[in-house]
Amino acid sequence: METVTLTMKNIPALYLEADNVSPDAFAGKTAAQIADLHAYVGNTTGRLGDYFEVSGNAGATAADTKIVVKGDVTKVKYLGMKMSAGEIVVEGSTDLYAGAWMTGGKMTVKGNVQAFAATGMRGGELVIEGNAGNYLGAAYRGDWRGMSKGTIHVMGNAGSDVGMYMTGGEIVVDGNIDVHVMTHAEGGRIIVKGNARSKVGGQMVDGNIFILGTIDLMMPGFKYVDTVEQEVAGTKAKFAHFIGDIGERHKTRKGQVVYGNLYTRV
Amino acid sequence: MSEFIIKNGHVFDPVQGIRGDKADVAIKDGKIVRDSELSKSAKVIDAKGKTIMAGAVEIHAHIAGPKVNLGRIYRPEDKLFTCTPTHGHERTGSGNSIPTTFKTGYEYAKMGYTTAMEAAMPPLFSRHTHEEIRDTPIIDEGAFPVFGNNWFVMEYLKNGEIENTAAYIAWLLRATKGYAIKVVNPGGTEAWHWGLNCLSVHDPVPYFDITPAQIVKGLIEANEYLGLPHSMHVHPNNLGNPGNYTTTLDTIKLAEGIKPKNKFGREQVLHLTHTQFHSYGGDNWGNFESKAKEVMDYVNRQKNITIDTGNVTLDETTTMTADGPFEHHLTGLNHLKWANVDVELETAAGVVPYIYSPNISVCAIQWAIGLELALYAKDPMRCFITTDHPNAGPFTRYPRVIKWLMSKKARETQIDAFKHKDKVLSQTGIGAIDRELTLYEIAAMTRAGPAKSLGLASMCGGLAPGMDADVVVYNINPEKPFENPDQIEAAFSRAAYVFKSGTEVVKDGEIVSSGNKRTLWVNAKVNENPQVMRDITEKFLKYYSITQANYESLGHAFVPNPYAIEVDATL
Repeated sequence: METVTLTMKNIPALYLEADNVSPDAFAGKTAAQIADLHAYVGNTTGRLGDYFEVSGNAGATAADTKIVVKGDVTKVKYLGMKMSAGEIVVEGSTDLYAGAWMTGGKMTVKGNVQAFAATGMRGGELVIEGNAGNYLGAAYRGDWRGMSKGTIHVMGNAGSDVGMYMTGGEIVVDGNIDVHVMTHAEGGRIIVKGNARSKVGGQMVDGNIFILGTIDLMMPGFKYVDTVEQEVAGTKAKFAHFIGDIGERHKTRKGQVVYGNLYTRV
Repeated sequence: MSEFIIKNGHVFDPVQGIRGDKADVAIKDGKIVRDSELSKSAKVIDAKGKTIMAGAVEIHAHIAGPKVNLGRIYRPEDKLFTCTPTHGHERTGSGNSIPTTFKTGYEYAKMGYTTAMEAAMPPLFSRHTHEEIRDTPIIDEGAFPVFGNNWFVMEYLKNGEIENTAAYIAWLLRATKGYAIKVVNPGGTEAWHWGLNCLSVHDPVPYFDITPAQIVKGLIEANEYLGLPHSMHVHPNNLGNPGNYTTTLDTIKLAEGIKPKNKFGREQVLHLTHTQFHSYGGDNWGNFESKAKEVMDYVNRQKNITIDTGNVTLDETTTMTADGPFEHHLTGLNHLKWANVDVELETAAGVVPYIYSPNISVCAIQWAIGLELALYAKDPMRCFITTDHPNAGPFTRYPRVIKWLMSKKARETQIDAFKHKDKVLSQTGIGAIDRELTLYEIAAMTRAGPAKSLGLASMCGGLAPGMDADVVVYNINPEKPFENPDQIEAAFSRAAYVFKSGTEVVKDGEIVSSGNKRTLWVNAKVNENPQVMRDITEKFLKYYSITQANYESLGHAFVPNPYAIEVDATL
């Protein structure tokens, strides 16, 4: 695997839209060619090389390409957008849409990410060592197709509206999570090792939520069913099992009505 | 104005009966002229080995107005990754199934369309519709106000008052700068205001106590009383339901025995739109089947009817119609987001996104039905290609629909790609059809036919001297067979040259001018009718949420470049 290193040398006055920073866009290119790829700031189009020091050539394919992003990229959006293979390591924190629409490969952010990370994710792995913003693994604005496959691991806390319209895949949050978890979800799984606040599973019709800590305020649309013992993310524990959102339509699978499941540790 | 002579191309023009012969097309002062009328300064365009047709005419699309814009507003995801930045003569645009106004004009022009009709204008929102039409460059446009659920119309027709209905129509066409009488789910959309629907032509409309059959027949008679350029244009009751072809036949049989009366050469009294959505058999989604043959057998016999197809293109799209109850029904089927707009005394529209998936048997059968209709049509001058944009698919897919119609191989490739291929073949007749439409038939179905149906036969849709110089040159050599059907799609997607009223607007598939866009409308004169004028004043005072003075579309802001077609129905 070949490694391309991007080092921020010229922090933009506005925000940099770097939708070309992905193993797919870099594959088969030399450092000079990569520096020549477009990047947008406001209504102007520039080059990646205007903002980053680029060193190292990419591999022949996306799968053979690793990208390391160094320096202050808190004003850079769309890192890893639509990546299908290969690897990206962001050594600091980054802005909106990190790993959005990714379909494969692995992206690691050592700091925090802002909102809309992994929007519409369809595969691959996203690891956020710091905190995640709002709308992690959610659907794009207006869309009803959120994260459908792949895994996301947030080592810190996550914001609100995580997994909105999620249809598959898994999100694990080691810390706490803000309001609106898996709203409208039709599948997939979210595990929160810390605490949740409120509006957990609102309008959810399918999928599973595990809260290992506490929920400040339960949704009225969730109904207690039973208490089960289950192993979740390496922890074996007893959970109160709720189904919902009973205010929504629910499909049937093999003659059984399917509900969203909410498990809270007892 | 500039002069052009397009030399050595193969001309396909049903208006003059030219079937691919080599002929020159001369353009002067915005009109087609005889070669001899050109001066020596005429610019020569070499069309050797290329196809020349008139500019195409869109007879039914939803491209301007409040429900189109509602679709744009509530579907930001339709714009995702579709933005085209400003370049050359083009302003920025975006959107796939509901493109921005500018993109709409550019895309039509690049495919060789020079005239298009907005198929459902709510009269109350005509100002909005005209503002969007104004901002859609290049193509001439008209808009059909909807009448099928209008309180005035229902009250007059209940008492058989054709003259009053006609006077009201004439007033409304003038007030809203409308082009024709559009009917959407007659009576059913008014019933929707009461939470109900009309699924057959005999279901009474609540309160008004009139039936869809009375509305349709009355509006045909009022249309012929006025002698409007287009006929009554109907979207029948019971759209989209299995077994609805009987409702469709019941509706179009209402035209039997009625003769066209107009000075435009129009021969039909009823236009049946997006026929694909109205040609279904079976009684549930499991035994859903095509009744295209039954519908077309009737249409082929009945010379006073024209139709358009409404081809499903197998895309993700946005359905939108003034058939409010249907959209509510649809959101119950696909569970995607639903929006509804109530339009007071006139209509009610709904919007729901839809994905025509090749993996779903019903969608694949719908695809086949749309193609069957065009392939069973005996008279291509009475059957026109549409996608009911954006309902069955975006208009930008016309080249693909033409590919399927012109190539059996292309149809077989698509049928083989369906997940439920066997079901498509058992529930439709598509597999047994060998017919491949010719370029001449395509020219009839997309140009001469719709122009004639719209009453524009003397103006567009053909290349006879004296007609508007709407001329398209395609990269198609009719002397060389296509190696691959995809070449048909590519050629119709991006024309080599397009002239709109004598102005070169497209060259090598790129926009080179924003043209001289006009708004077509019909100015019908009738005898003074104090009763109708009093009824209008009274309804505005009693029911409308705005005043009459704020209703009309007048002046430069709404219709900057009008082209009025005059009709005199005074006695």
